[in-house]
Amino acid sequence: MRLVGWKLKLVPQDTAIDFLGYWKGSFGFSMVLMVASVVAFLTMGLNFGIDFRGGTSIRTEATQPVDVGAYRGALAELELGDVAISEVFDPTFGPEQNVAMVRIQAQEGEESVTPVVLNQVEQALRAMDPTLRFTSVESVGPKVSGELIRSAIIAVVSALAAVLFYIWLRFEWQFALGAVAALVHDVVLTIGLFSVLQIRFDLAIIAAILTIVGYSLNDTVVVFDRMRENLIKYKKRALIEVMNLSLNETLSRTVMTSVTTLLALISLFVLGGDVIRGFVFAMIWGVIVGTWSSVFVAAVVVKRLGVKRDWSKGDSDKGGTQFSTAP
Amino acid sequence: MLQIALWKRLLIILVCLSGLAFSMPNLFYDRVERHNDAMALIERGEDTPELRSERGLWPDWLPSALVNLGLDLRGGAHLLAEVQVADVYAGRIDGLWPEVRDRLRGERAIVGNIRRMPSDDAAVLRVAVSEPDGLQHALETVREIARPVQTLTGVGAQDLEVRLDGEEIIVSLSEAERLATDERTMRQSLEIIRRRVDEAGTREPTIQRQGADRILIQVPGVGSAQELKDLIGTTARLTFHPVVDVTSDGSTVPGPREVIYPSIDEPDRFYILEQTPVVTGEQLVDAQPDFDQNNRPAVSFRFNPAGGRAFGLYTAENIGNPFAIVLDGQVISAPVIQSHISGGSGIITGRFSVEETTQLAVLLRSGALPAEMVFLEERTIGPELGQDSIDAGRVAAVVAMVAVLGFMMLSYGFFGLIANIALLLNIAMIFALLSLIGATLTLPGIAGIVLTIGMAVDANVLVFERIREELRTARGPARAIELGYEKALSAILDANITTFITAAILFALGSGPVRGFAVTLGLGIITSVFTALFVTRLMLVFWFERRRPKTFAI
Repeated sequence: MRLVGWKLKLVPQDTAIDFLGYWKGSFGFSMVLMVASVVAFLTMGLNFGIDFRGGTSIRTEATQPVDVGAYRGALAELELGDVAISEVFDPTFGPEQNVAMVRIQAQEGEESVTPVVLNQVEQALRAMDPTLRFTSVESVGPKVSGELIRSAIIAVVSALAAVLFYIWLRFEWQFALGAVAALVHDVVLTIGLFSVLQIRFDLAIIAAILTIVGYSLNDTVVVFDRMRENLIKYKKRALIEVMNLSLNETLSRTVMTSVTTLLALISLFVLGGDVIRGFVFAMIWGVIVGTWSSVFVAAVVVKRLGVKRDWSKGDSDKGGTQFSTAP
Repeated sequence: MLQIALWKRLLIILVCLSGLAFSMPNLFYDRVERHNDAMALIERGEDTPELRSERGLWPDWLPSALVNLGLDLRGGAHLLAEVQVADVYAGRIDGLWPEVRDRLRGERAIVGNIRRMPSDDAAVLRVAVSEPDGLQHALETVREIARPVQTLTGVGAQDLEVRLDGEEIIVSLSEAERLATDERTMRQSLEIIRRRVDEAGTREPTIQRQGADRILIQVPGVGSAQELKDLIGTTARLTFHPVVDVTSDGSTVPGPREVIYPSIDEPDRFYILEQTPVVTGEQLVDAQPDFDQNNRPAVSFRFNPAGGRAFGLYTAENIGNPFAIVLDGQVISAPVIQSHISGGSGIITGRFSVEETTQLAVLLRSGALPAEMVFLEERTIGPELGQDSIDAGRVAAVVAMVAVLGFMMLSYGFFGLIANIALLLNIAMIFALLSLIGATLTLPGIAGIVLTIGMAVDANVLVFERIREELRTARGPARAIELGYEKALSAILDANITTFITAAILFALGSGPVRGFAVTLGLGIITSVFTALFVTRLMLVFWFERRRPKTFAI
């Protein structure tokens, strides 16, 4: 970082970084991370929230400090099966604000939510600490949670399919495959990270994943757009050179946009409250892996597949139409 | 050269100004909301000085549409209920028995004696006749009861399916009739829930049908989902039965055509009642919270003429006998009839609190639900938590804004300032659009806006970086600006269209909070493309026309 005149420049004006020269290392690194993510997902699994698993989650607020053991004791005699209690910390809480989350599994043989159980739980907790308030109570029956999983998977898959189609229409099929490879990479790494850190995975995280898909795509498309332009401009130069040149030319913009987005997300992460922290965390992670994958996955895949170099007029029927740039 | 037609300039300025005007009410959320509430009441015909002063909080001629706050921000209850539509079949089939019996009795010479056989499935009626030779004739006779059903597809579909199973005749509802019944049940349930929620007087409830047999109910401001469930989850089927016996043994087997119901407030008291009620709640025309002669809370009611007559006749004939008032399978009370009750009105006493009588009256007035409801999903968010989220979201948004604005200024100087003005306009336009289309802002929606703040500058960055490059190949500053916009166009459009596709899919397939996020993200894409392609360009053109710089640097 250096200051030019009175302007901040994160990226020097002319860079000539050989992004794709070491593609085996960087692509291999991504592959290792993907394999690790799949292993983490298979061995540790996701910490599904009640949206996807069914059950009840209660947010409590007390003036006294939270004693997880006492909460557990109060609920033990109700025999509710799997009960998870965790204290929530947040810089925005006042000193009198002690928040805990109580999560109870869906009860055996119940298709829906059970009001009786809910009442028992609230009473048992109140008996332990009469000042306790229940700031939010959410219950999802197993029937609905099953449907939510299904629609979430459909949403992610159809988003990928729609994007594949659009890019294929606007560029060449190699670009479409490259972009989708990058997106799959981002989604897999996000799921991997959530498995490793055991952060609660609920409906909002699905929204975050789809946003990551959108953001990463944004990035990839800008890089591809420049490649498309340069491939026409420099017909004689080697593919890897043209691609490296395009990556360097768009580097400044890539960094600028990542930084502004991260600035916004980090302030939301720190100040936005604990309710959406998981959601924002997924997005921050997504911006980082999305930027990485545009260069080191999407571009590498395009390079490996090779591109038809003759973008001259007369075969516009083979895709690769540009928006008209009227003179 | 850099040129934008005058009408385009005016149009762009107009869009920006209306964006500012229509987003402004959200800055004064509380005042405008009170003004709108007062307006709504005044239009309904209520007019008090208080209402007028509330109305005066915001001038009538200014835009007053506000962004709806979602339940996670305002607090409230969300319920997803499944209506047990199949419950209704059993009642329909049960009601058929007298007609089947009477028809077959007319043919007794051929079919012999008729008996109703026990059935595992309550939605199926099993009938046996004593003459095996008459079985076919009995089948034909019962088939005559079936009536044609009006359906969209089927011509000649019958409402009943009558067939033989060994020695027994089986009567059940046909597929077409089941569908028609389901439809009716759903419509009635929706109507009754709407009436109950409206009677409770909460603001802006959402009551929507979802899929074949589900109803989504969202009520802002309700303290707990339990409260809401008590209101809409109660079937509220009120019946009056003759009492056969009273017992303390709940396992007593009632005689034929009799039922046993527990008492609502005494644990060891069970009533054996005649199954067929004398009158039912369907015959009520009014119910009000009231007090009995001992000044205890009670509910007074009035029957329609038919109900009043049946009630009057029964009480006249049964002075000195008890009769039971039953609500959803529990006996509220079983008073002894003191005198003939004419006039068709009465009072229900029990161990009620004032709140309970008020609620019972509401339930009785709005009618019984045709079928039971099972709750598949319920969420309650306390108003404090919602307020905390709004406060946190607001602080985060402001800090994010300041950080992004500062960073842009540092990086691009004067051009950064232009991008920043565009960013502020952009956010105003998002709020204006949200208010105008009546969209709901949720917590993920705020995250969507914050993300837009970060991403909105992207289109400008693309253009600025491009102008920077074009300046180096230098064919004059005007040409550089022009080329910058031209060459960045395809990247801007491709990048934003793909993101927009994912937002649209989120909107189509998502639910609740996810949808709120998709809406703000999608609107953010539209407004940021608009501001980058038109607003910043117009500002640059104005600047260029005034200064005519020979060179400049970004």
